[in-house]
Amino acid sequence: MLVVEKNALSEEIESYVEKYGNDRSALLMILHEIQKKHRHISEFAQQEVARLLNIHPVEVYSVISFFAFLNSNPKGRNLVRICQTISCDMKGKKQVVQAIERELGIKIGETTKDNKFTVEYANCLGLCDMGPAMAINDQVYVNLTPEKAVELLSKVK
Amino acid sequence: MEDKKSLRAPVSQKPHVVPKPEHPEYLGGSITVEINEKKLTVPFGTTILEACKQAQIHIPTLCHHEDLCVAGVCRVCVVEVEGMRTLQASCAFPITAPIKIKTTTNAVRKARKHIIDLLISEHYGECYSCFRNNNCELQSLAKEYGVDHYNFGHVTQPRYEVDNSSYSVVRDMDKCVLCKRCVRTCIDLQEVGVLEAIDRGHNTHIGTFFDKPLAEVICINCGQCINRCPTGALRANDPRDEIWAAIDDPTKHVVIQTAPSPRAAIGEEFGQGAGKSFTGELNTALRRIGFDKVFDTNFTADLTIIEEGTELILRLYKALVKKEIVALPQFTSCSPGWVKYLEHFYPEYIDNLSSAKSPQQMFGALIKTFYAQKAGIDPANIVSVALMPCSAKKFECNRPEMNSSGYKDVDYGLTTRELAQMIKEAGIFLPEMPQSHFDDPFGEASGAGLIFGATGGVMEAALRSVIEFVTGKRVEDVYANADITPVRGFEGIRYAEIPITEVGPVPKLLQHLVPDWNWLKGATLKIAVCHGTANAKKVMEDIKAGGKFSECHFIEFMACPGGCLGGGGQPIPTNEEIRKKRAEAIYNEDKSLPVRKSHENRHVTELYDMFLTDGPCGHISHKLLHTHYVKRGKFIA
Amino acid sequence: MQNHLEVKLGKKTDRKGPVIFSEYKRGEAIKKALSMSREDILFELKDSKLKGRGGAGFPTSTKWMLTAAAKAEKKFIICNADEGEPGTFKDRVLLMEYPELVFDGMVVGGYTIGAQLGIVYLRGEYEYLLKPLEDYLEEMRKDNLLGKNILGKEGFDFDIEIVLGSGAYVCGEETALIESLEGHRGEPRNRPPYPINTGFLGRPTSVNNIETLAAVSHIVVKGGKWFAKFGTDKSSGSKLFSVSGDCEKPGVYELPWGTKISELLEIVGAKNAKAVQIGGASGHCIPKSQFDRTLAYEDVPTGGSVMIFNENRDMLHVLKNFMEFFVDESCGQCTPCRIGNVKLLEGVEMIEKGQYTFAHINKLKELGRTMQLASKCGLGQSSPNPFISILENFKDEIFNRGNGGRNGR
Repeated sequence: MLVVEKNALSEEIESYVEKYGNDRSALLMILHEIQKKHRHISEFAQQEVARLLNIHPVEVYSVISFFAFLNSNPKGRNLVRICQTISCDMKGKKQVVQAIERELGIKIGETTKDNKFTVEYANCLGLCDMGPAMAINDQVYVNLTPEKAVELLSKVK
Repeated sequence: MEDKKSLRAPVSQKPHVVPKPEHPEYLGGSITVEINEKKLTVPFGTTILEACKQAQIHIPTLCHHEDLCVAGVCRVCVVEVEGMRTLQASCAFPITAPIKIKTTTNAVRKARKHIIDLLISEHYGECYSCFRNNNCELQSLAKEYGVDHYNFGHVTQPRYEVDNSSYSVVRDMDKCVLCKRCVRTCIDLQEVGVLEAIDRGHNTHIGTFFDKPLAEVICINCGQCINRCPTGALRANDPRDEIWAAIDDPTKHVVIQTAPSPRAAIGEEFGQGAGKSFTGELNTALRRIGFDKVFDTNFTADLTIIEEGTELILRLYKALVKKEIVALPQFTSCSPGWVKYLEHFYPEYIDNLSSAKSPQQMFGALIKTFYAQKAGIDPANIVSVALMPCSAKKFECNRPEMNSSGYKDVDYGLTTRELAQMIKEAGIFLPEMPQSHFDDPFGEASGAGLIFGATGGVMEAALRSVIEFVTGKRVEDVYANADITPVRGFEGIRYAEIPITEVGPVPKLLQHLVPDWNWLKGATLKIAVCHGTANAKKVMEDIKAGGKFSECHFIEFMACPGGCLGGGGQPIPTNEEIRKKRAEAIYNEDKSLPVRKSHENRHVTELYDMFLTDGPCGHISHKLLHTHYVKRGKFIA
Repeated sequence: MQNHLEVKLGKKTDRKGPVIFSEYKRGEAIKKALSMSREDILFELKDSKLKGRGGAGFPTSTKWMLTAAAKAEKKFIICNADEGEPGTFKDRVLLMEYPELVFDGMVVGGYTIGAQLGIVYLRGEYEYLLKPLEDYLEEMRKDNLLGKNILGKEGFDFDIEIVLGSGAYVCGEETALIESLEGHRGEPRNRPPYPINTGFLGRPTSVNNIETLAAVSHIVVKGGKWFAKFGTDKSSGSKLFSVSGDCEKPGVYELPWGTKISELLEIVGAKNAKAVQIGGASGHCIPKSQFDRTLAYEDVPTGGSVMIFNENRDMLHVLKNFMEFFVDESCGQCTPCRIGNVKLLEGVEMIEKGQYTFAHINKLKELGRTMQLASKCGLGQSSPNPFISILENFKDEIFNRGNGGRNGR
């Protein structure tokens, strides 16, 4: 990481701390902001957060590792999460997953070579009445069929 | 002793702060509960576990530790509380109402058994290949609950790699039961913050920042986590094999120095209660094992006092008389855990650290120079072992700058636990050994050197000398029996002021450094003592903020709660009571010694006459007995 | 069929229901509440006999009374919008279509207990609601429904913040939720102490389900007695049911407590149902033979999740899905839940492969009972429910499956 990049990231994190406060209770929202912008929270970013909130870096890492939607390592540019819980499962999750895996040439949990997609399972997305459901980044899609799912992916940049 | 209100430990692991009633005898101050149909009156807020202890009812525990805040996670200590749908963790349940408790119902027994079965099903490895065999809390629980087969299977493959990157602490997470005692020790008790629970659910494990090897994160090597681990998941990096090999090698001259704290604790490894020193027996045992010489680290503790005391006087002289800018207060530097803590967390204060090496390293430098010359042995053939109560000493002797003899000054740091193991391997039962003395030329040491083992000991030893140096009076005339009680005790941070009302002549040893003591007349020496790095942090923050500790002249810091006697290499278990008994053993031995002041140690004065000829803090001593520190900072690369 | 979920806050579909989905105008409850004393509001709540809608069913009036009575400079009201129970989505509908009910209820709660700040803990899965909800709160501020001296009530300052969760089912447990709000791992605390006196940042805190707050808005406007008219004696009012699975019309339904399961199945068009999972993964599986049971605290209590399985469904597969969920979502701090769920899942897999003994399965059921008793929080205490109830109610199907492997001996 270049010094310029580091400084920019530090400044960015400082601005979040300004917005949410330097109490530990601001941690979750600060992590969200970093994650949203960079799609992961890097080692350096975690140490900066720890420094600014006056906690230990391992505590930040521990919290990040606890939550399914926060990650320490970079993922693909677009994150696809497919609901795996029973209602979606009954409505054809398996077929949707197979279609996506075939289309992208990867398995669940993997990232495409061009780094465009990471595909994961998610637990109940709260869209059980409209399953199968999936989320691409922060947009959600419902009533999927294998064809629809593949089509939606093709529209993603 | 430990402040349980720190913000650091996860709140989920905090006890409910029920204010302890000042007068439990008053109405509402105490509560009568029923435990197994017997009535018992306890103060408001007592936990069920404590109440059961009072009623002499044994409740099994695993995640509970007296030194640490409540966790309530292992669930082994569950009991039935009438009217509650579920079982309650007795360690975490404060009594605030007249409840009825049952501790041995069918549901309780079954639950405990199930929980032990579950823990064992995930516990990789066999007891006979574990260093905690026969001293393992999980093993004891299994025995207590009659576990005779694997009810829910047993792991056959390790899930984690053993991390032995650190000179001091080895982590084997396959033996971990996730009681989080180490997490609470590291974050709450010591406030170092190396270890936390990582991931969740079945993947939860105790890890470091980014799961890096321990050597790459900010660990101060204090080993307090080892002392509190219920199983063999944490242990010290064990040099026994190398030491045995050296002993077996006829070309090697193997010497050992022994620190005061191991002697006061090693008996515990042989089934003796805490609080009895085995100094003489240990000397004999060490010779029988095959060590060529057995030296007393207290000797260099005395030397440390002279060097560090002189350094303090010089700093004060520069500040008060020459009006130079010098770093004050001066911090002690004998605790390698503390030194590394400061290097990481307060690197801007490393100039405050006394440049005097710790007694272990002073000894190392002298053995391969002075002793080698005197005994006519090639230092290349000397293997220098240090018996220490400490895991951080293993790191310290591996610091690259610790080679002023031209060789690695101390080859191996050996803990009390590891030596006890060697003694057992040699077929020796320590308490039965005849007593013997240390070897010369370092055979005599003072009580001042000895009390280094307890928190406040370095300060007391220094004061015994400084008071006599400056006032010319006997310290016994100031403090009865030369027991400087204001610096003793187990309170986390202690502060004392010593007014210097009169001054005497400058002793010969220091005459080349200061002309007289008049500049100290009427001054008040301000000192503080603190142990446990969480307390050190408080003192450092106070100094940073310009509080009362910033006006101190000299502060003793020890990384471990209780000082060295509570070190990370000492016998397991540890708790406040055990630490107090070890301290008693040390102070009792001090009382029995003929020489109790470092500057009265005849061999020390001889050393200055013969070897360190330009005196304390002189050129030779600087080369051999002083060191420098590294500004490490907090960034994890 | 629409694939992209359109998020337009406050846009209502034609939902009908006796209580929650009845007429309500934004701000109504706040206006009414501010004209009342705190005690009167508590009395109305008491009359309503409203119980918490998250599932545990603690009386809301008691919770608020205790929080109101706790002495502290600062207090908090937290809206638990971390709806994570599989098969539950009523909170999504409430937030999207009826945000006024939820937020007004929070303001009323803040007024009643004496809180200055309300926090909505929104599950990370509903991130798409964050911006619209924040805009909605901004509107409320403009209209002085939030902020200083709300609606001219001297000295009543109250605001609402939204904090986004990050994908952890266990954070729906109130103390885990508070832990994560404080920037810690979402690990449930030891109870006692309860949040009502030692909650967020150690202050008295009332944590309420979204539906509870929505009900409060109606109760304040229409009265506790009106509310209590609906439902049964011990289960007053109505309940939102999130219906999914094998039926013609999945969705959110508002029905009075006391509705029979068979009636609900009729309404949603579930034919050929052989089982209904009530209360989500942690709830209970009700077989066809018990469809005449009633949805109420006195019979089948629930947080509202109803998942319907028709005759072609493999109940062992359903159970496996649930157990995988719990293994994933256990916080991992306490032994029974962390390891117990893995053992139960292994048991399901053994049955799947036909490699089991009944002795072992019975041992696992016993273990499940220990988990119910000895786990630290509700997650571990309820995760064995499906294991026990599905294996019990569908033993013929499960243990006589034609799986090619050996059946239990």
